[in-house]
Amino acid sequence: MPASDDMRPTTHIYEHPWFVRFTHWTSAVSVFVLALSGLQIFKAFPSFGPKIPQHDVVASIPNLLRLGGWLGGALRWHFTFMWIFAGGGLLYVTAQVISGHYRTVLFVPKDAAGVWPMVRHYFFFGDKPPQSEPYNPLQKLAYTSAVLLGAVLLLTGAVMYKPVQLSALGAVFGGYHSARVVHFIAMCALLAFVPGHLIMVAIHGWDNLVSILTGWKAPVATQSRSHEMLTDEEIQ
Amino acid sequence: MHEGINAGPQDIKSEMSDSGRRSTRRELLKLSPALLLGAFAIPSWSDRLLDAGVRLSDRASGALFRRGHLAETFADADVVPFDLFPYNFYDVADPEVDLDSWSLEVTGAVARPGAYTLDQIRALPRMRQNTRHICVEGWDVVGRFGGARLSDFLEHIGADPAARFVLVTCADGYYESLDWGTARHPQSLLCYEMYDRPLDRGHGAPLRLQMPTTLGYKQAKYLMTLEVSHVLPAQRSYWADQGYSWYAGV
Repeated sequence: MPASDDMRPTTHIYEHPWFVRFTHWTSAVSVFVLALSGLQIFKAFPSFGPKIPQHDVVASIPNLLRLGGWLGGALRWHFTFMWIFAGGGLLYVTAQVISGHYRTVLFVPKDAAGVWPMVRHYFFFGDKPPQSEPYNPLQKLAYTSAVLLGAVLLLTGAVMYKPVQLSALGAVFGGYHSARVVHFIAMCALLAFVPGHLIMVAIHGWDNLVSILTGWKAPVATQSRSHEMLTDEEIQ
Repeated sequence: MHEGINAGPQDIKSEMSDSGRRSTRRELLKLSPALLLGAFAIPSWSDRLLDAGVRLSDRASGALFRRGHLAETFADADVVPFDLFPYNFYDVADPEVDLDSWSLEVTGAVARPGAYTLDQIRALPRMRQNTRHICVEGWDVVGRFGGARLSDFLEHIGADPAARFVLVTCADGYYESLDWGTARHPQSLLCYEMYDRPLDRGHGAPLRLQMPTTLGYKQAKYLMTLEVSHVLPAQRSYWADQGYSWYAGV
């Protein structure tokens, strides 16, 4: 055993299968690109109302929040990364279902009661609720919501992209104009997930970052969450 | 309390052994396809990749197109007043077309090429439709348009049914091309009227394209020539050549 591992616990958990890690990173990049190019596209008509009369909701959008340089450039990024985002989402959901891995992350009605105690614990320093599953109810809610928001973004995006050919889908979202509003709200909600996600990773340490890269997670003594560790004896 | 672990397909690895390290490295390598996204950070590569992305989107858009599927039409009461219908142009609002001597020069894969006058085009069945004009910028306006079906005109000039594109050039130097499906869609018009009056100069007098199944920039104004073609020239479309989608179907 390498010396550097002397002080480390000896059990590692294979937390994230390949498809979770792969789609995590392709989606992270896609969300970043789609949000910034989306804002550049929005700048061409910064309104949720009619063209006549036009009421802009913002006077300008800072350079740093835009990608593509101009409308045509931004559309190129948007129309390319929508496929990468959609492909990643499809791979993620399909692999979750086939592998059965979804059971650990899918938010189901019985998780509802556990959300508030976790919120209290994270944000109001309440006691940490006992936990028997890899992901707590708040995590499940966040991960499941993120996937649903991604689906809503893809569907409303499709409606704006093809309002004539996909008019039936457009009707589901109340038409072309409200699809634009829903698209924007879903983007904000998905982006709101990001800082919370990053803060949690920061709080819970380096090992989370390692495990979303390698799949393997080293158990940390002070780790406040989730995985029950098996000792070597128990494994053998 | 191990049910949480048993509930998921999580494996336990004891000892961070050498083989474990190799496995970690292997796991990390398995992520390397995601690094391909880094190619987008290299300008010369990203241009080509984004071209491919737009082409893929255009192909998917073409696959979604259904010739019999009509764009929504609106009641007269829902049409924006003529005075408020926006004038959109890329260079000048009025390229000063001589309306008296104007004719449409028809060339390419057609049985009857030549110059077609506005009266000849007006002699075709007149269509009138209240449809949504959708701009690539994200706004839309419902207007009233009148003219001849492009498909009727293509039949009139004896266009080769095996042709694939309709190419037009305009008095202001603009140029555009349509795929065959869009060109023959029943709502695609050679438009000479808006709001039941002859097109004014700012809206493209004397003749423009009007197609509720495409974005506004495909609907070229001040038409001067029309060519039926089997191939798409290198200069395809003013805006598509700047980076916009060529297909631009909605």
